[in-house]
Amino acid sequence: MTEITGLLRRDVLKRLGLVAVAAPGLSLLSACATGGGSEEGGTDVASDGDAKNPFKVDAAKPLNVVIFKGGLGDDYATQVHEPMYVTAFPGVKIEHEGIVEIGKALQPRFSSGTDIPDVVANSGTDLMDTGALAEAGHLQDLTALWDAPSVDDPAKKVRDTIMPGAVEAGLVAGKPYLLPYVSTTYGLWYDAELFKAKGWTPPKTFEEFKTLAETIKAAGLTPFAYAGKNASYYAYWMILISAAKIGGNKVLLDIDNLVDGAWTNPAVEQAAAAWAEINTKYSDKSFEGLIHTEVQTQQNQGKIAFYPSGSWLENEQAPSTPKTFKYGLAPTPSVSSADAMPYEAVRVAAGEYYFVSAKGENPQGGMEYFRQMLSKAGAKGFTEKSGSLTIVNGAAEGLTLSPGLTSVFAAQQAAGQNVVTTSLFENWYKELETELRRQTNNLMYGRNDAKTFCAEMQKAADKAKEDAGADIQTRAS
Amino acid sequence: MRQGRYPFIIGFLAIPVVLYAVFVIGPYVQAFQIALTKWNGYKAPEYVGLKNFRDLFEDEAFTSALWHHLWILITLPLATLVIALFFSFLLNVGGGAGKSGTMRGVRFSGFYKVIFFLPQVLAVAILGVLFQAVYRPNESGMLNGLLAKVGVAPVQFLNDPKLALWSIIGVVVWQGVGFYVVLFSAGMSSIPKDVFEAAAIDGAGRFTLFFRVTLPLLWDTLQVGWIYLGIAAFDMFAIVQVLSVDQGGPDNSTTVVALEIYRQVFRYSELGYASAMGVVLFFMTLTFAALTLRVTRRERIEF
Repeated sequence: MTEITGLLRRDVLKRLGLVAVAAPGLSLLSACATGGGSEEGGTDVASDGDAKNPFKVDAAKPLNVVIFKGGLGDDYATQVHEPMYVTAFPGVKIEHEGIVEIGKALQPRFSSGTDIPDVVANSGTDLMDTGALAEAGHLQDLTALWDAPSVDDPAKKVRDTIMPGAVEAGLVAGKPYLLPYVSTTYGLWYDAELFKAKGWTPPKTFEEFKTLAETIKAAGLTPFAYAGKNASYYAYWMILISAAKIGGNKVLLDIDNLVDGAWTNPAVEQAAAAWAEINTKYSDKSFEGLIHTEVQTQQNQGKIAFYPSGSWLENEQAPSTPKTFKYGLAPTPSVSSADAMPYEAVRVAAGEYYFVSAKGENPQGGMEYFRQMLSKAGAKGFTEKSGSLTIVNGAAEGLTLSPGLTSVFAAQQAAGQNVVTTSLFENWYKELETELRRQTNNLMYGRNDAKTFCAEMQKAADKAKEDAGADIQTRAS
Repeated sequence: MRQGRYPFIIGFLAIPVVLYAVFVIGPYVQAFQIALTKWNGYKAPEYVGLKNFRDLFEDEAFTSALWHHLWILITLPLATLVIALFFSFLLNVGGGAGKSGTMRGVRFSGFYKVIFFLPQVLAVAILGVLFQAVYRPNESGMLNGLLAKVGVAPVQFLNDPKLALWSIIGVVVWQGVGFYVVLFSAGMSSIPKDVFEAAAIDGAGRFTLFFRVTLPLLWDTLQVGWIYLGIAAFDMFAIVQVLSVDQGGPDNSTTVVALEIYRQVFRYSELGYASAMGVVLFFMTLTFAALTLRVTRRERIEF
């Protein structure tokens, strides 16, 4: 999911310079920043209920699509979604760009208002700050898309054909600006074949986890590990999921809403203490200096039992996974018998954000492109090309799934309604998120205890609240 | 010759000066202006006066970055220059007087020069990958592999907040020494041989030769080296970015100002605040260079 980019200082200065040189004088600069359009942003796109062309797309207008060319590749766009769009509007021209460093390539284009792409897959390490984009009126409100008739069944609205919670996951400042397209399931990953051979079963409680960890340790494996160098967030996901299991999703909602004392909630402290105990006792401090791929490869080599991650893991590791290694997903263990959610609860999150530019040439086309993506054929094609499931209901039916995805399906079935919600503060308040990474490593490698962890995070959340002022974001569910 | 001299000079200078003004001075001036605003890069900037500068000194990450610069500023030039001086003295004078009475370096000094200079040609990214392997915190790391052979538990070079910054400074010293060996070698070879010979005839040993003769005559070169390294101490961005845990970690123990600027711009979209950091960095570097030139000013010795 993440890649380290060795950006040189010179590059940074060069870019700062470029931005500045593009507009000598702040007055000019602000003129550029608002890009000719009004502050509040572009054309209103409405849906008129026409099942074929609800947004009144003009086939004469080209559509500029920018796709993040990372772990998912961009074949799904060039070979599936774009041809679907062309089939729907014969003769339409598509300008496709597959870009790795999204922010570097697009930020100048947005701030100068020239050559703004219509559809953007905003992802990767160098993604753009969608809060800032929304504030500047660059994001198209997707309400019309969610209310438009779906491609497969015109009687149904698009919002009724997707996973619950997906629309909410795309809210920025209370408005549905983003399309989170990929559904990701989080938990502990292990080698199902190895566990079968050894007669181990994933633990249902932290007590069982500790007992099993002793056995695993005795067998010469590291029971649990995550990569502290660049992926400490994999560990804080586990802490947050456990906190939600102990105290219910409200714990995470409070954290997102920057509610006073959200981090010092006993559920957060218990979860932090439980995971800190596992990592300090049953892992090794050397993992703090490794990156995610190094740790994942060690797991593939049979040196690590449990690794916390999301369902992209299997696809990401495909080149280095031996044939005998079969990924399996286990939910995070229960902390106590009084937990609000059962052991089976998992986090299923809608992620990988796409948006349509409000100030682009063709927002109607962008919305229609999204509608095609959200059809069953579009979603199925995406899963085939990228190995990831989408938010579209039932789109994976009839596909032969890999062992990992099969276990994801089983976990989702077992979880039923017990779904742990996604944390939105990760995108809303980047500074808070950075602090969480730092404090997670401090906690997990034994430099701080759970109490200090909660206190430090509360301090950071209070600061985020103060900084946000009137721009504070909230979510109800 | 006089006639047409100015058009000639102007003709040569105009283009570089204009380029410099537009691409270097312009952005610098702009940074000062942007530092007074709150700007996210997408919307019109909003003037906030000196608020950014006030916030800076309450910013924990920024203040710890300033402390790191202080430590680096003290240790990096000192370590690099001492090692480089020692090596270049050995390479040029350390072999004692040869048959013809001229000073020579130790045997194979030409070969050593090449070896010492080699790290200098490595890009920082390569350096990062290289030292990732050298410092790897388990037995597969180069240093820890050796330590394991003598029964020492793996040292957490980059994971221990107390060690991390020094480990990174070590890499920069390792890389920098070669360049200064060459610089000082050049400086030493410009010192007339007779001076050394005269001193040697008077019975000066290697120790006296170094402290009484070489060092004073090398003062100018040393001063240049000090300023270069001092300015380098205010940068460190790339090496920290590629080598440190959690970018500037663990627990902010290796962060530097340039990295904080990068974070403010590319993660938090706080371009105004980042520019304020840039302005502080600019003045720190400038003050350092001016101070060093003043403090180290000495009488020049003309050969």
